[in-house]
Amino acid sequence: MNKFWIVLSHTYLSKIKTKSFIISTVIMMALILVLSNMSRLIEAFDDDDKQKVAVIDQTEDRLFDPYKNAVKGVNKDLSILSVQDEKEAEKLVNADDIVGYLLIEKDDSLGFKGTYKANQISDSMVSNDLLLALTQLKSLITANELKLTEQQIAKLNTPPAFKTIALEKNAKTEEDLNQARGLVYVLLFVIYFGVLMYATMIAMEVATEKTSRVMEILISSVPPVTQMFAKIMGIALLSLTQMILFFGAGYLSIKQNLASMDEGFFSFFGFGNTNISTIIYAIIFALLGYFLYATLAACLGSVVSKIEDVQQMISPMTMLVVIAFLIAMFGLGNPSASYITFTSFIPFFTPMIMFLRVGMLEVPFWEIALSIALMLITIFLLGIIGAKIYRGGVLMYGSSKSLKSIKNALQLSKKN
Amino acid sequence: MSLQINEVTKKFGEFTAVNQLDLTIPEKEMFGFLGGNGAGKTTTFRMILGLLDPTKGEVTWNGTKIDYTTSSVIGYLPEERGLYPKLKVRDQIVYLARLRGMNKRDALKELEYWLDRFKVPEYIDKRVEELSKGNQQKIQLIASMIHKPELLILDEPFSGLDPVNVEILKKAVIDLRDNGTTIVFSSHRMEHVEEMCEHLCIMHKGSPVVAGKLKEIKRSFGKKNVSIKADFDLSFLDTYAGVTKVKNTMEGKVLQVTGEDVAENMIRDLVPKGFVRKFELEEPSLTDIFIEKVGAVYE
Repeated sequence: MNKFWIVLSHTYLSKIKTKSFIISTVIMMALILVLSNMSRLIEAFDDDDKQKVAVIDQTEDRLFDPYKNAVKGVNKDLSILSVQDEKEAEKLVNADDIVGYLLIEKDDSLGFKGTYKANQISDSMVSNDLLLALTQLKSLITANELKLTEQQIAKLNTPPAFKTIALEKNAKTEEDLNQARGLVYVLLFVIYFGVLMYATMIAMEVATEKTSRVMEILISSVPPVTQMFAKIMGIALLSLTQMILFFGAGYLSIKQNLASMDEGFFSFFGFGNTNISTIIYAIIFALLGYFLYATLAACLGSVVSKIEDVQQMISPMTMLVVIAFLIAMFGLGNPSASYITFTSFIPFFTPMIMFLRVGMLEVPFWEIALSIALMLITIFLLGIIGAKIYRGGVLMYGSSKSLKSIKNALQLSKKN
Repeated sequence: MSLQINEVTKKFGEFTAVNQLDLTIPEKEMFGFLGGNGAGKTTTFRMILGLLDPTKGEVTWNGTKIDYTTSSVIGYLPEERGLYPKLKVRDQIVYLARLRGMNKRDALKELEYWLDRFKVPEYIDKRVEELSKGNQQKIQLIASMIHKPELLILDEPFSGLDPVNVEILKKAVIDLRDNGTTIVFSSHRMEHVEEMCEHLCIMHKGSPVVAGKLKEIKRSFGKKNVSIKADFDLSFLDTYAGVTKVKNTMEGKVLQVTGEDVAENMIRDLVPKGFVRKFELEEPSLTDIFIEKVGAVYE
């Protein structure tokens, strides 16, 4: 068997058998199961949480009953009860029977006004609901005073028809865009973590081989370039294995929850109508991003001589990934901004930002092809330079000051 | 079949690590490489293995340059010991052996043979980090010679081992030579080189100061040692004509003399003075030669 395959299969098999890999995979899968069942779990915990609010009506207009109906219409988990005065209400609040109370008073100019009092006003949901119900009540009363017919009231309450239409033929509709945003958001995270995690794994792997000094035997039997790329491919396979497990777990549990999901926040994330091309692009860009950063990580890992220095050495690379991720996050709200278009062609940012554009907009194919070509060229160049650094780096021991050691490594691998 | 090192020079920037090294290492022999720290031994080995390219000159094995196509006939034990700490001995050796062109089954068979021979068969399923340093070294030596290389390079193979293990490993290396492997071997331990190598080379600051057959090196060195024990005061010998070095021992002296004639004169002068318990003329040891040659360069 070719040496490339020996190194590749060794990297893959020895990594996949380690306890840390198995444990982290299992934990991650459990986390995915929990997350994908989140809406159910929240419901299970949220059940007995019917909130009660007391209402003190001081208007002499007998507003309590119509208000009760209005509240019911706004939020059925919120119930109200009538009390006589604030003293009684405060007693109930202190006894934890109610979350707060609403005081409805007469107001000469406005008809009536409401004041909501509670121990904690951090839960704005309750006060918002109360306000909404009160507003509805007020318009109802006003309408009655004006002697409007039911039809007139309905007309008054109906918002005007409003549509957004993109002029570009293939542009995504607002609804599509919201769905795509959810999917892109999740996949961006996956790319970000994937690239960062597996590239770091490469750097650690190389540095471990170097610090344990097994490297010198290895490079006397396998060319460094073969070794480096076999390792990168081995970890790539490992990452695919892990991803398939994760997605498999996620897919199965989501499929089971499909019914409960339709109404939940998952539809907002665009899972209901998963866009196949977006996922394919995600895989392409994740892999390209991985190869780009893994090559970089392998050379960086090869110049350190102590395992503790790895993190420090790869921190500039980590920064690049983080910057790309942050730009992509900003760009989610406005994917057609010119800075997004510009950065999507910078190879180190392409995997995340071009993916963002592809996922959110209709990007002309030549732009995608160009960015991928740029990335491939960069990977190729990094591969050539990286192999040189790697070749010299693995023979070099001593302090690892990034730039200087890279220079030394290049010098060491020079032909003459 | 021999290893040719032709006028090889290696520079790192301004620093010359190896300077004009010119050696022929005969096949099926053990060749000793001596030198202090930083003498250029490891750099020379790395050039032999093709890990570093010489600035000038070339290294050939059987007339061809050593590169990755020949790696299945080359074995290497680096000075800095290194194995995967977390891997089991079995996985480790099989992996390294496959990289040297062996198949899995042969590698396992050979590994079992060597572990038995080194009296540690139970280590096959242990992780390397669980083994003592000396035992790790055994595993490392197995890794370097499991594929029966034609050329084996051992950088300090016996350092850090107890005498029993040194003997076991030495025996294994000698057997390998008898089976036709050419071995290049570096050491700080002169007695190992003296015992095992027919040819040797002493490096100092990148240049060979002595090279050739051990016997000839000793003969051409000229100086000999005289070891004396006597019942009377020997201090007059410190300034005796022809004595170049004096070492006092518990019961007498060891003197370095310029030749046999000095020893002859000496014994004639000693006998009238009283009872001489011991008077022995010895060949110079490699240590003497090493100190003399390398020390001379220092001065």
